[in-house]
Amino acid sequence: MAIYKKLKTRPAPLGTKGIIYWIKENLFPSITSSVLTFLSFLLLYYTIPPLLDWMIFDATWSGTKEEITGSGARWIFIFEKFNQFIYGFYPEEQYWRPNLILAIFFIYVIGFKKTKSTLLRAFILISFPILSFLLLYGGFGLDVVPTTKWGGLLLTIVVASVGIIASFPIGILFALGRQSNMPIIKTISVIYIEFIRGVPLITLLFMSSVILPLFFPEGMDFDKLLRALIGITMFQSAYIAEVIRGGLQAIPKGQYEAADAMGLTYWQAMGLIILPQALKISIPNIVGTFISLFKDTTLILIIGLFDVLAMVTLTSTDAKWLGFETEGYVFVTMIYWIICFSMSKYAKSIEDRFNTNHR
Amino acid sequence: MTKHKRKPQPSVAFYNNPENRSIIYQIVALIAIFLFTYFVLNNMFVNIEKRGINTGFDFLSSEAGFGILQSLIEYDEANSHGRVFFVGLANTILVSTIGIFFATIIGLLIGIGRLSKNYMIAKLSMIYVETFRNIPILLQILFWYNVVLASLPSPRQSLSYLDTIFLNNRGLYIPRPILENGFSAVLIAFVIAIAAVFYLSKWAKKRHDETGEVFPLISTSLAILIISPTLVFFLSGMPASLEIAVLKGFNFKGGWTLIPELLALAFALSIYTATYIAEAVRAGIEAVPNGQKEAAHALGLKDSTILKKVVLPQALRVIIPPVINQYLNLVKNSSLATAIGYPELVTVFAGTSLNQVGQAIEIILMTMAVYLTISIVISMIMNYANAKMQIKER
Repeated sequence: MAIYKKLKTRPAPLGTKGIIYWIKENLFPSITSSVLTFLSFLLLYYTIPPLLDWMIFDATWSGTKEEITGSGARWIFIFEKFNQFIYGFYPEEQYWRPNLILAIFFIYVIGFKKTKSTLLRAFILISFPILSFLLLYGGFGLDVVPTTKWGGLLLTIVVASVGIIASFPIGILFALGRQSNMPIIKTISVIYIEFIRGVPLITLLFMSSVILPLFFPEGMDFDKLLRALIGITMFQSAYIAEVIRGGLQAIPKGQYEAADAMGLTYWQAMGLIILPQALKISIPNIVGTFISLFKDTTLILIIGLFDVLAMVTLTSTDAKWLGFETEGYVFVTMIYWIICFSMSKYAKSIEDRFNTNHR
Repeated sequence: MTKHKRKPQPSVAFYNNPENRSIIYQIVALIAIFLFTYFVLNNMFVNIEKRGINTGFDFLSSEAGFGILQSLIEYDEANSHGRVFFVGLANTILVSTIGIFFATIIGLLIGIGRLSKNYMIAKLSMIYVETFRNIPILLQILFWYNVVLASLPSPRQSLSYLDTIFLNNRGLYIPRPILENGFSAVLIAFVIAIAAVFYLSKWAKKRHDETGEVFPLISTSLAILIISPTLVFFLSGMPASLEIAVLKGFNFKGGWTLIPELLALAFALSIYTATYIAEAVRAGIEAVPNGQKEAAHALGLKDSTILKKVVLPQALRVIIPPVINQYLNLVKNSSLATAIGYPELVTVFAGTSLNQVGQAIEIILMTMAVYLTISIVISMIMNYANAKMQIKER
C-alpha cells in the first residue's frame, strides 16, 4: 500500500505580468540569449547616436553653402535642389501642371470611393490618364513640354504608373492565354511570359531603346521615354500575368463549371465570374509586383533618362555643389523607402482583410 | 473552361461551334503574329542596310582592342570580342557566386533571427529586412560604390587587418595561396576524405536502421574532411604559401585584389537578396504546423533532434523553391553592374563591345540567351528536385 505524504506547498509563482517579468522573459531568458541581447544593444549604441548626430543634431538645416560648420548632413543642398529632384528640368513656371494633376488625383480618388455610379467611375478611370498626359505634355493652348524635360520624381512616377496601367490588360490577356486550352494560344503566352521573366530588365530596356527603332519604318521616330515605357510594360506584363494566373488557379473548378452551366460565353464567364474573384485575391501580389516595378524604374537611368536617382549624380556635378552625393543618395533613399514601405504595409493590410481562414 | 465533349447540335452555326471557333482563333493569332514578325523583320533588314550595319557573327572573331578591368581568364586588348563575351560571363558567374554565398548566410541568420524568442534579435532582424527590401537595388549599388567605398582612405593609409588584409579605395587586398609541386597530395587526401565520409554516412545509416543507435555523423565527417588534408599538408612539407599584398610606391602589389566595383556589387546584391531569402526562411519555418513540434516533444525528442528531424525537413520543402528563385533574381540583378562599370557580361559585351561593333541585335540577343539559359537550366533542376522532394501521399 502506498503511503502518501503531504508535499510542502510551493510558493505562488512570481508575477507573470509587469515590465520586469517581460524583460526577463524576452531579453534574458538564457545565457546565450542574454549575450545576444547585450550585443544588440552594443550594435545600437555604436550605430544610432552617430547616425542621429549626422542626420539631425550636427546637420546644417539653413543658411548658405559658405556657412556650413557642422560635421553632419548638409541638407541645404537638398533644399537648394529640391525642385530638380521632384520635377527634373520641367520649366519652373509650369510646375502648377504636375501639381494640378496631383490635386485632381486626390479629388478623383475621393470621388471614386464616394460614388456608387459605375458610369462616373468609368469616366474617372478613363479621363485621368488622358487629362494627366495633356497637362504634362501640353497642347490645346498649353505650352508643349517635351518628354526630354521630364525628370526627377515626376518621371519616376510617370514611368511607374504607365507601366502598371498599360501592363495590366496585357497581363490579364497573357494570364488567360496561359490558362487557355487552345494549344497555340497557350504556347505563345508561355513563351512570352517565360522569355521576359528569364532575362534581366536591363537587357529588355537595351532592346527597346536600341533594337526597337530598327523594327519600324524609318519615319516612325520613337521618343526615348516611349521606348523605355515599352520595355517596362513588356517586362511588367509578364509578371502581372503570372500573379493573375496564380489567382485564376485558386478559383475552384466549380465556378468555371457553374459559369458554363449558366450558358455564359467565355468572355462573360471570365468578365463576370472568374476575373472579379481572381483579381480580388491577387491584389496583394499585384501590389507586390508594383513595388518591385517602382524600385525597378531606377534602371531607366542606365539608358539615359533622368529619374529621381539620376538626379543625385546630376545635381552633384554642379560646379557650385560638388561632393554632396551622400545627402542626395540619403534623400532619394528616404523617398523610395517611404513609398515602398507604405505600399507593402497596404498590401499586408489587404491580405489580412481578405484572409478569413482561421488558423 | 471545360471542353464540350458532346457532338454539336446541327442547329448551331459552324462559327458558333466552340471547337471550330477555337481553331479559327488560333489561326487568326498565328497569322497576326506571322504578319507582325514579317513586318518587323522586313523593316529591320531595310534599316540595317540603310545604316550600313554589319550582320552575322563574324564580329566575334575580330579584335576587341580595349582593356578589361578584371578578368578571370587570360585576356588582353588583342583578343577577340568572342573572348570578351567569355570574360564577361566569367565575371558574371564570379559575382553571382559570391553574392549567392553571402546572401544565403545572411538570409538564413536573419530569417531565423526574426523567429527568435529574443525580442531584440527579432526586432533588429525585422528592421534589417524592412530597411533593405524597400530600397531599390540599383540605389544600393550606387550608394556603396559612390559613397562608402569612395570615402575609403588611399592605399598609403589603408585599413589593415593583421597586416595581411588591406582595404582602401582601390579595393580589398587578400593573401593569395601559392601552390607548389607537392600540393596534389593534399588534394588527393581531400578526395579520399570525401569518399570516406560518403561510406561512413552509408554505414551510419545502416547501423541506425538496424540498431537505432545514433552516430555523430556531422562532427565526425567535418573532422575527417579537415584533419586528413591538413595532416597531409604538414607531412608533405607545407607545399603552399601565402603571398601577401605589399605596398610598393603608390599601390599594393601581389596577393588577390578585389576591385571596388566587385565589392560594391557583391555587397549590395548579398544584402538585398538576403532580405528576400530571410522572408522565405521565416515563411518556411512558420509553415510547419505547431502540432508537429508538439507531437515531437510528446515523443520526448530533444530540441536539436526536433529541429533536425522534424522541422527542417518539412520547412526546407517550402523554403527551397523561393530561395532558388531569389538566386535567379540575384544573377539577373548582377547585370546592374553596368551602372558602376564592373566588367560583367552586360557591361563589357552588351556595353563596350556593342559600342564598338554596333551590331545591337546579335549582341543583345546573345546576352539575353545567356540569362535565359541560366534561368531555364535552374528552373529545370528545381522542378526535378521539387518532384523528388514532394511528400509521397497515398
